Formats: sequence, C-alpha cells, structure tokens
Amino acid sequence: MNDMTPEGYTTADGRNIGGVVMEMKNITLRFGGVVAIKDISFDIRQGEIRAIIGPNGAGKSSMLNVISGFYNPQEGEVWYKGERRPPMKPYQVAQQGIARTFQNIALFEGMTVLDNVMTGRLREMKAGLFSQAIWKGRAEREEVENRAVVEKVIDFLEIQHIRKTPVGRLPYGLKKRVELARALAAEPSILLLDEPMAGMNVEEKEDMSRFILDVNDEFGTTIALIEHDMGVVMDLSDRVVVMDYGKKIGDGTPDEVRNNQDVIDAYLGVSND
Amino acid sequence: MAQPSQATGGMDSIPALLQRNATQYGDKPAYREKEYGIWQCWTWSEAEKEIEALALGLINLGVNEGDFIAVIGRNRPYFYWSMVAAQSVGAVPVPLYQDAAAEEMAYVMDHCGARFAIVQDQEQVDKLIEVQEGLHQLEHMIYVDPRGLRKYDHHKLHQFSHIQDQGRAAREEFLDDLKERRAKLNYDSICVMLYTSGTTGKPKGVVLSNRNIIEASRSSSDFDHLGAGEEVLAYLPMAWVGDFIFSIGQAYWCAFCVNCPESAETMQTDLREIGPTYYFAPPRVFETQLTNVMIRMEDASRMKKWLFDTFMAHARKVGPAILDGKAVSAWDRIKYKLGNLFVYGPLKDTLGLGRVRVGYTAGEAIGPEIFDFYRSLGINLKQLYGQTEASVFITLQPDGEVRSDTVGVPAPGVEIRIAENGEVFYRSPGTFEYYYKNPESTADTKDSEGWVATGDAGFFDKDNGHLRIIDRAKDVGKMADGRLFAPKYVENKLKFYPNILEAVVFGNEREACTAFINIDLTAVGNWAERNNIGYASYQELAGNPMVLDTIQGHVEEVNRSLADDPMLSHCQVNRFLILHKELDADDGEMTRTRKVRRRIVEEKFKDLITALYDGSNEIYTETEVTYEDGRKGSISATLTIRDAAVADVPDMKVAAE
Repeated sequence: MNDMTPEGYTTADGRNIGGVVMEMKNITLRFGGVVAIKDISFDIRQGEIRAIIGPNGAGKSSMLNVISGFYNPQEGEVWYKGERRPPMKPYQVAQQGIARTFQNIALFEGMTVLDNVMTGRLREMKAGLFSQAIWKGRAEREEVENRAVVEKVIDFLEIQHIRKTPVGRLPYGLKKRVELARALAAEPSILLLDEPMAGMNVEEKEDMSRFILDVNDEFGTTIALIEHDMGVVMDLSDRVVVMDYGKKIGDGTPDEVRNNQDVIDAYLGVSND
Repeated sequence: MAQPSQATGGMDSIPALLQRNATQYGDKPAYREKEYGIWQCWTWSEAEKEIEALALGLINLGVNEGDFIAVIGRNRPYFYWSMVAAQSVGAVPVPLYQDAAAEEMAYVMDHCGARFAIVQDQEQVDKLIEVQEGLHQLEHMIYVDPRGLRKYDHHKLHQFSHIQDQGRAAREEFLDDLKERRAKLNYDSICVMLYTSGTTGKPKGVVLSNRNIIEASRSSSDFDHLGAGEEVLAYLPMAWVGDFIFSIGQAYWCAFCVNCPESAETMQTDLREIGPTYYFAPPRVFETQLTNVMIRMEDASRMKKWLFDTFMAHARKVGPAILDGKAVSAWDRIKYKLGNLFVYGPLKDTLGLGRVRVGYTAGEAIGPEIFDFYRSLGINLKQLYGQTEASVFITLQPDGEVRSDTVGVPAPGVEIRIAENGEVFYRSPGTFEYYYKNPESTADTKDSEGWVATGDAGFFDKDNGHLRIIDRAKDVGKMADGRLFAPKYVENKLKFYPNILEAVVFGNEREACTAFINIDLTAVGNWAERNNIGYASYQELAGNPMVLDTIQGHVEEVNRSLADDPMLSHCQVNRFLILHKELDADDGEMTRTRKVRRRIVEEKFKDLITALYDGSNEIYTETEVTYEDGRKGSISATLTIRDAAVADVPDMKVAAE
C-alpha cells in the first residue's frame, strides 16, 4: 500500500511522511541474565505515528526507555538524525528534542496544571537563581516567553478551565492530558507516549486519540507510542512494530500486521478468517 | 446621545452605528476575548477594520445582497464581526445554536437557504459536510479555528483569516461597492434572522429589521441608563435573541465593551476577572451558582458557616429594602454594612457580580427565594419579560419596584393588552416583521394592527400595575373538577430546592396532580459523597431510597405551601417519581434554551404517567436516548413511585379573612 522510499512516503489519508529520523540497529538489552530486548531493529520516520505493541512483558516499555535514553543497550546502536547516538543521560536526550509521557503518571501532584506544564520548559530557562528570585530582566523575559508557549499548549489541549487547579485534584483522564501537555511544552520533534490510553474510558480514549492525531497534524511531531488497546493502535498509527518475548515478530502497516500469521498466533491469539 | 430628527440620529443600521463608534469611541475597548490566558482587546476602530476586512472578503467570495449567512459558534468576537460584516454587505446573518445536532442544523440551513456559513471549527464543519447533500444552496464554509482541517478539500472551505486577508488585498477594488451596499441599509432592511427554539413544532425564522433591534436597544438602554462604560460578558448562545440585543444591539447603541470567555468551562473564572456592570442570565445560571455556594458553605468551617448564616439572615430581612431605597433603621444599616464587609462583598466578588449595576433574569420564571437571595446581597437583579418576536423587551422592572412575582411594567414604547381568556398581547417598535417563509404562522401570531399574541396567560396586578405571568396559555388547563391547573407555578416551587433540577407536573383534566422530578446531580451527588453513598450514574443515584425520601420531603413542603394559596391549593402533588434520565435537548425533551417541551415529555413517558395514576408502586420502562454525537441508545429502569402527603386546605373562610 505504501510506496516506501528512503525519502519518505504518503499515507492513505494524504500525509507526507519524511525520511528516517531515528533508527534502532540490532538492539539487545539485558538485565543480569534476563534478556529484555533481543536483537531488534526498526526505524522511525519523520512525521509518522509509530506504534510498538505486544503482550505484557514483551519489552515494549524497555524499548521506549532505550529510545528515551533511560536505558543503554548492551548491544546495538541508536541512530538519531543520521548520527550514532552515544550513551546519554536522559536530560541530554531531552535536549535533542525528545519528550515523553509515562505509563504511571509522573506529575507534581501539589502543583497547579500551569506550573506542571511550565516544568516542560525548564530546559529553556537559563536565568540564575538570584535573577529568578528578584524576577527582573532575563528571568521575567524568559517566563513571559515560555508562558506564551505553554498557553498555546493549554489552548491546544483544551485544559484552560483547570489551569490553576492542583493536579492532585484532577481525574485520571485529565492528568494524562496534563502529562501530554508537559511533554508538548518542550516542543519536541519526537514524542514518546507510554500507554497514553491505559485505564481510560471510551470517551477519554476518543479525546486522547484526537489530540494525538492533532499534535501530529498540527506540529508535524513524530510520535512513537506504546499501547495495549488494539483498536486504538490500528486506527492511529502509520506503522506498527510487534514485539513478543523481547523479539520483533512483525513490522509494517496496521493491515500488514493484522494479517501477519506470527502476530495473530502470538498476540491476537485468534484467527479472524 | 445626540437625537436629531429621527430619535436615533440617522443611525439606522448596525453598520452605521459601527462607523459612529469607530469615530467617536475609536480608542475605547469594543471587544475582549481571553485567549492564551490573556485578555486580548480590540478597540472600536480596530473592530471596525476587522469587520471591514471580512466584509470585503465576503464580497470577494461572491456574497450578494439578500443572501443568508449562517453563523455557528460560541461567543467569540469573530462571530459578532461576522454578523456585522454580513449586514454591511447587505446579507442577512442567521446565528444558529452550535450544540444542535446535524439534522436540526440541516433543517434550519435548508429553510433559510444559506449560501454561506461561518463556523467555529472542525466539529461544525464536519456536521455541515454530513448534511451537505441535502443543502443545495450552501456554497462556501468559512471556519475560524483551522485545527484538524488542514487536509480537508478547500475548494469550498476557507479560513476566516484568509478571507480577511483577501478582503484587505482587494480593498481598492471593492471598497466602493461595500460603501454603496452599506449606504443602502435603512430602518426597514433586515438586521438578523433568528430561529425560535419553539416548545412545539419546527423552529420558525423570526425576521427582525434594523428598526426592531435599534428601537428596542435604544429604549431599553435609556430605561436602565446604560452607557459606554458598561462591561458585559457574552456567554449566552449567540442564536438567542437576548444575546443579539445585549452583545450587538445595545453594545453598538451604547458603544460598550463585549467580553468573551475563554471557553464555556472557564465562564465562572472569566466572569470574576471581568466583573461585568451589566449582566444577564437565565434563572438556571443563578440557581446553579446558588447551589454551588450552598454546597461550599456545607464544607466550610463552623465559624465561617455561623458568620454566613447570621449575616445572610440579616440580609434577607433588610437587604431588598435597602436596595429599593426604602427606610431602614440606622442599626440595621450598620449591621448590613458590616455584613457587606465580611460576607456579601467577598461573596459577590467570588460570584463575579461585585460590580453589577443592572442584572436581568428572563427566559423562565425564577424562584422567589433564589431571586431574593441575590437581591438581599445588594445585587440589582431584576426580571424582564420578553420573547424573540418582540426583540426581547415586553416588560421590564424599574429600579426600586422589583418584585419576584411580577415581571414589571411595559417597556418604553410597548403597548400591552390582555385578552378575555387571559392571554397577553403586545405591540411595539420591536415587533418582528414576519416569520420567514411562513405566512400562516405570521398571520396566527401577529394581527393586521400589529398586536402579537405571546401565548402566555397573565394579568396586571391591581396594586402596582405590574404584569404578572401565570403560565403558558396553552399549559394552563383545568382539573377534572373545573378548577385552574397551572403546572409552571408548582414546578417553580419544586425547583427552588437545590436537589431538584427539573420538575414536570401533570394534572390537566385529571382528579389530582402528579409530578416527574429530575434530581440535581451536583447537589445530590455532593450529599451522597458526604454521606458515603456510592453511585455510578445519575440513574443509580436517582433510584436511591434515601434520595426518594429527601425529595418526598421537598414535595410535601411544597404541598403545605400550596395549601395556603386559595387559587392553587388543589394543585398539590399527590404522587411523584424521579426520572431515570435527565431531560435533555438532544432527546427533544427540552428546547435548546432549556425549557421543558411538555407535549413531548407526555408522549414519550406515557407509560410512566399511566403508572402515576393507576396506583402502582413500581414501573419498568425503557427509553431511547440520543448521545451528543447523534447516536442512539436505550436505557431501562424500574422506577419507584411515591405517594406524597397532601396538606389540608384551610377553611375558605379563614383564607378570605
């Protein structure tokens, strides 16, 4: 279906996907004797929504942690924007324009939504402690600039009404959205979403899907996501990597993956003839 | 304000008023909208430029004089500009309810034959695309928010700002044309067409001329001494005549500033930030606010609660009298001042009503207790009685003569006549021109002398000459024994209780009255939370026996108070049930302005009404519901029916004394 070239391809709904922006080459990750990821290679292209799926314990989150630089694989290479990425600290990865959300929400519960989202801009705030304390000159200017970016995100995700609400008081679905807001505030070029829809009801899932598509469409952000909900994954993503027991058992468009016998056997379990 | 030859000084169209304001009040704020967390502001001269750019863009797009342009969106400056821009090019703006389902929209769009639609976002564009097949006249859509629309086919779809850019680019070319079209506008040209939601039947397109709107705005502004300094918050549906009068008619006549909230959910915060001086809300908004205050006071510390209770009791005693400028003892005044410092002032500020000089409630009767609560705080809340066909104003309450049970004196320029059957008729400069493409209805409603039937039954109070509305004329009926049946009166008494959101009373041609109740999920939910009662849905909470007990208590209290009213003592509610779903406009049970459609409710819940009268204690029922996106489903429930104690009617002799 997709006419894939090194320069990119066009999706069925008419979006132009660019060339490879990130590439995993023969990644193997071990924790002591446990092999979490075994010799996996795949790529992520500019502007696409790339999903990683698999049953529990397949190594999806580990894979995401490799991408985000939280884990350093024992073997294999991560190539980013045409360069091999050396082992890095997570903040260095963030500086390269990669932002993420977490499976278990990791927000500052006592802080307001606005403050939480502002932390996504910390990278951009360089004023010193003293300048911050008296809030003059550079500190003030930086705050205004960064707040403008944050407000755009708040508007985009439609969370104006909870701007000043402490995160701890919010329902789960909204917390997830705030987390997405914080990641977006960093204006990432690659956004990593770890089970963005876990534990949500149907309506919240629909909202979240819409936001993910809009982020991709509006800002051209490349998105890599892990998700359990097959329906959501198949509807959202351009290409899907399927993992099982740390191995890659499928890779392709949702349709290709859906018809892949290995995937059906390992993951879906039932044949849908 | 200058008032030469014509009372309006040659200002005989909204675009003409815009020109005047841009010259006279050029640097004064005309519009504010909170966006990206900041109040963005446009002065009158900036607004005029924006509107001109859009008008030129519309000409560029091929809008002809007499075309209809649908405007669908929430209150944003862009949509107010759209309406005035449409008028400027000689077209007729038709604002529609943005929460209407696609089919509802299709009916109206088809009826007026709109060639253009200016809409808010992808949601509205999708709705129109869905029904586009049947809309042969619809040619172009203009959207404000581009989000998600990038990939759509843009042959007939345009971004608002692009239309403006094209207009600016083609200024030289089309400016003369625009000026010419604008000069042609006069008092008789159509200002706007508004669809009435209608408690029965299909919506009707009410055509209002510049005369209607400007005269109504002028006289009502004079009545309340509105000036250029007013601030209003525009948050009521743009398709509703009230919003058109307040946010366009009066705003342009007085040159005051219209503030648009950031989103529907932030309305309360935005209200506080703006602190409007002129405020308008349907009773429901006041009810909700009061409910929220009461819920929060339940959770307040003892000291605070004591302070609140003490001073509110005092306010109830002397507050309205102080507001009306009546004689109140010095000690009571001092105590009220103290209360203002500790309770009323901060409370008004929290509610966002601290600066309100004139506040109105209309649309439905407001519970006297709710009304008095606000007035006792020192908020000059008044009632008005009006309808779309009258460009809102039929009667208004003058300052100092405000009562909760009347709707005031005829508005300036309005004549009122009460027919023999009690129906209220009026005639005024604001009286609508005609119903679009519906001469029969026009003839039914408006006679050759210009008298319009309101469909409401009422009478003038003998003591003060104020009009008192009893009920919808067609809802007022007779009980089986021939005595008067006025459901609305009883329903309003029930709805005063924060726990009761909506009530529908039956009894026409029957031996006794019965009622459907909708509980208020906020109030009852809060109560449930405090008492550790778990519930998963409205339906489950509504079926809780303890909730039924509480509601029964309310119903019986209402019965006791009805027993004291010699006219309506027989309208006591004998049996009631709590509905398993909230009455909803999406299901057609209410209008978009949230008035109960009695006939439809009667039809739809026929089985429940039968059960109310056949003495059964339980009834199983299934009801079809429509979700927000138009899909249908059904819910089923077994409802408990309760008997409510009926109070003894005091001896008529006693009552007569």
